[in-house]
Amino acid sequence: MRPGVAVVTFPGSNDDGDAALALESLGAEAVAVWHAEPDLPDVEAVVLPGGFSYGDYLRCGAIARCAPAMEAVRRFADEGGLVLGICNGFQILCEAGLLPGVLRPNRQLEFVCRDVRLRVEGTASPFAARCEPGQELVIPVKHGEGSWYAPPELLADLEARGRVLLRYAEDCNGSVGDVAGVTSEAGNVLGLMPHPEHAVDPLLGSTDGALILGALVDAARDRTPVAA
Amino acid sequence: VIFRAVIRPKDDILDPQGEATQVSLRKLGFDVREARVGRVVHVDVAVDDAEEGRRQVERMCAQLLANPLIEVYEVEAAGR
Repeated sequence: MRPGVAVVTFPGSNDDGDAALALESLGAEAVAVWHAEPDLPDVEAVVLPGGFSYGDYLRCGAIARCAPAMEAVRRFADEGGLVLGICNGFQILCEAGLLPGVLRPNRQLEFVCRDVRLRVEGTASPFAARCEPGQELVIPVKHGEGSWYAPPELLADLEARGRVLLRYAEDCNGSVGDVAGVTSEAGNVLGLMPHPEHAVDPLLGSTDGALILGALVDAARDRTPVAA
Repeated sequence: VIFRAVIRPKDDILDPQGEATQVSLRKLGFDVREARVGRVVHVDVAVDDAEEGRRQVERMCAQLLANPLIEVYEVEAAGR
């Protein structure tokens, strides 16, 4: 049984195709969802892909989070559904308040597009179930506004609760705490700036992205109760 | 009624755009201590009552036009 994973396309999304291909290669059935749809199809997980939704007007993700599909994603997440936001998808989830913090222009004011080393900070999350604690992953980033920010007290609280799942193991964009990926309080929502869907085939230089997307597919297949 | 929402980064928030702007202004010969880059949104609210209009623009700022984690905003009257 191939678990259904919705991939939501906003105007300006451009990694929806790669996300669908990667999910299919890992055993899921990718289901395309247009941003104007008020309801999600019957799926076990949702992916918000990368891109430049609405031209990044106002702030990255700020316009997209008002889309009808995002209300459906919010209900899905509130019910414990698995939601993964990649790059622009991470920005949208932060703007929607489904994840903490906000993504700001890179500290170096340059678009960064290269493989980066990441550290997996814990494996309690369903998204890290295929990783070892402290494992280093190589996954590409490509963003101009990926500098994650949260006030110091919020960052400390997130770290204490194990919600910082991925950290850059090298200087990338000026994110506070070198945060590359954070989870929701219930753990069923993950946002990350790196692109796991671009690292699922040896031809692309790394297959480490398959560890994260594969874990999502595993969890979707099991419809695993969300880890607290 | 028309309002101008002025949104800018909080004082303690790094503003790389502002820093780059300051550097460029210095290159042009201006002795600039600091530059901060924000945005201005003009909103024509479809209500007659100016106070009600202002309250609505304040709510717009809180919900969408600004991100309160990193930005502050001011709402100014800008005509009818």
